[in-house]
Amino acid sequence: MTAMVFILLIVGGSALLSWPLGRYMKWAMDPDETAGPGRQKLDRIFASIAGTLGTEQQGWKRYMVALLIFNIVMFTVSFAFMALQQHLPLNPDEMKAVEGSLIFNTVASFTSNTNLQHYSGEASMSYLTQLCSLMWLQFVSAATGVAALAAMARGLAGRKMMGNFFVDVQRATFLVLLPISFVVATLFLFGGMPMTLQGSAHAATLEGLQQIIARGPVAAFVAIKQLGTNGGGFFGPNCTQPFENPTFWTNAVCMVAIILIPMASVWMFGRIIGRVRHAGVVFAVMLVFLLAKISGAVWFEQAPTQAFASLPIEQATGNLEGKELRFGAATVPLWAVLTTSTSNGSVGAMHDSLNPMTGLMPMIGMWLNATFGGVGVGMINMFIYIILAVFIAGMMVGRTPEYLNRRVEAREIKFAAVTLLAHAFFILVPTAVFAVTPWGAATLNNVGPHGFSEMLYEFSSAAANNGSGFEGLGDNTVPWNIATGIVMLLARFIPIILPLAIAGSLAAKKPTAQSAGTLGVEDVTFAAMLIATILVVGALTFFPAAALGPIVEHLKFMV
Amino acid sequence: MNSLLVSLRVALATMLVCVGGYTAVILGVGVLTPDSAQGSLITRPDGTIIGSRLIAQKFDKPHYFWPRPSAPDYNASGAAGSNKSPTSADLTDRAKQTVERYGATQDKPLPADLAAASGGGLDPHITAHAALYQADRVAPARGVAREAIVALIERHTFSPGGPLTPDRLVNVLELNLALDRDFDPTSSSK
Repeated sequence: MTAMVFILLIVGGSALLSWPLGRYMKWAMDPDETAGPGRQKLDRIFASIAGTLGTEQQGWKRYMVALLIFNIVMFTVSFAFMALQQHLPLNPDEMKAVEGSLIFNTVASFTSNTNLQHYSGEASMSYLTQLCSLMWLQFVSAATGVAALAAMARGLAGRKMMGNFFVDVQRATFLVLLPISFVVATLFLFGGMPMTLQGSAHAATLEGLQQIIARGPVAAFVAIKQLGTNGGGFFGPNCTQPFENPTFWTNAVCMVAIILIPMASVWMFGRIIGRVRHAGVVFAVMLVFLLAKISGAVWFEQAPTQAFASLPIEQATGNLEGKELRFGAATVPLWAVLTTSTSNGSVGAMHDSLNPMTGLMPMIGMWLNATFGGVGVGMINMFIYIILAVFIAGMMVGRTPEYLNRRVEAREIKFAAVTLLAHAFFILVPTAVFAVTPWGAATLNNVGPHGFSEMLYEFSSAAANNGSGFEGLGDNTVPWNIATGIVMLLARFIPIILPLAIAGSLAAKKPTAQSAGTLGVEDVTFAAMLIATILVVGALTFFPAAALGPIVEHLKFMV
Repeated sequence: MNSLLVSLRVALATMLVCVGGYTAVILGVGVLTPDSAQGSLITRPDGTIIGSRLIAQKFDKPHYFWPRPSAPDYNASGAAGSNKSPTSADLTDRAKQTVERYGATQDKPLPADLAAASGGGLDPHITAHAALYQADRVAPARGVAREAIVALIERHTFSPGGPLTPDRLVNVLELNLALDRDFDPTSSSK
């Protein structure tokens, strides 16, 4: 009962907060004449930082080139800090050189807003690397996503010029992510999180053992980690490490921070295209999927740890393996769904140790990747489903499909189909390859179907730019590092480039007149159509893989 | 070429503000929470560190309360979970050892949190129920009445989420420090 109240408070509270934040994000990302002189002054500063290109108006291609070049710079700068960390300052615990394929994987991971971690922060990264390489990318990779959504929305509003990427990325960083990070990091500090540049503390325990206690600038890092759907932990086991999430209350703040900006992104999108009611329908569809997954996870996680059934161990408390007591048992399935519905990927419990069907819910979240999704990019992914839903509906009634008064034609549908197929391809094909080779088989921590789930989860996480994992997998090997690194980069940029291309293509068309036969995108019929499209196209693609992993494990052991 | 230069300028600006400025400000705010900002450390009168109240440490001796199992053996610079599936036979084997260690029987089954390892392996808490379970061992090992230990547990029991959670927990390290303070460990039968 208290669990239900708590879940409603977190989800409902976040949804309420997202409304004013969406309005604010519109003001920050796409100011109009009413924004005021102070706001215009900020844009002049951003333009001057962007120098010669600060006032350029970019069509979708120029915008995309700017985005890609900036991301290459992000990758390179971050790579340099990490590769040179043993020679650089702010390394009190004397971290050594990081292995090459691990640097590639980690930098690809943080550039692509994934934060899949094949390393353990407290064992391999200096404070300088954590801050200048990783935390910096947590800001600017998230800002890249918000900028891309703003640009796409402008295109759908009919503007051929989609804005200026260099200004947009600063707007997202300085006006959206940074102020909220200050607030959340401060809450974390008062919640008991460490924030220090001193090296590990050396303790002599009550029983006389030595214990080296890793710490660091945790509060600042965790705030942007959660807000930017990054998810990369300061410590190896992420938010299960007590320093990274000390209390019930920091845990609650974390969960709101995970879902807040992805929710607000939908409202920002609606305001830029000038169709807030449409955004409301999309928001409701996303919420339906979110609540369905939460219900599923809560239900399946009530079953006690199956492995203890034959032993004299109390079975009334549900499955506690991999969970922290201070968060309360009910929060774990909620967190697992929130972090994978968005592309966050930070964990509040070990997903590898969730009951089999509970573990399926995060995978569904990553397969859809659009039921709020990553900051900015979640709404972009949903746009692809919308285009497809509009197309299918158009076919059903025999009319040329339209979206926001623009005709959706072969070119747009091809791009949308490629985007969706790429996502499935990047998950299923590499999983199959690793499953039949020692690359995968030799790295498993669990046998049988659960071992398959570990590999399936890993590529789902990489392709969804999520970053969580069934962490038992011994994934710090050259094949895993290279394969997931490539998947993360392709799966980041293809679903940004193609939707922007669709928006550019739509913006170039003549607007059609609204008529009685036009498919409305602001009513229940459209919501139902969108839900059906997501279910059929998104979920069924992955059903056979799910059957081989979590479903068979459930049927074999749990019933 | 132009885009590259502009990208570098924007990279520099964001790096200065988000890494330099932001980190400095949050470090500054941390001055208001000096204790937890340094890791909630507990020290002895001579200044040496006993541990952190947020981080579990290893307890093996019968006159102390024991924390939950830890996959990395309470290594606070290498936290990790077991990452075993709840259907795993490995987990059954590990739990068998834990059951033996506590001497649990079907009449007196082990509280589940004492059998299950936490996510990071450093969970500083056990349930109050699990502490009471261990009182039967700690009280004779300390040579004191069980009621005295139970009273101590009750004083240290807290609710992590107030009205939002039914859970009642104790912090193992703080409880053991209180044990040493209230019941001289040197007089106990070790």
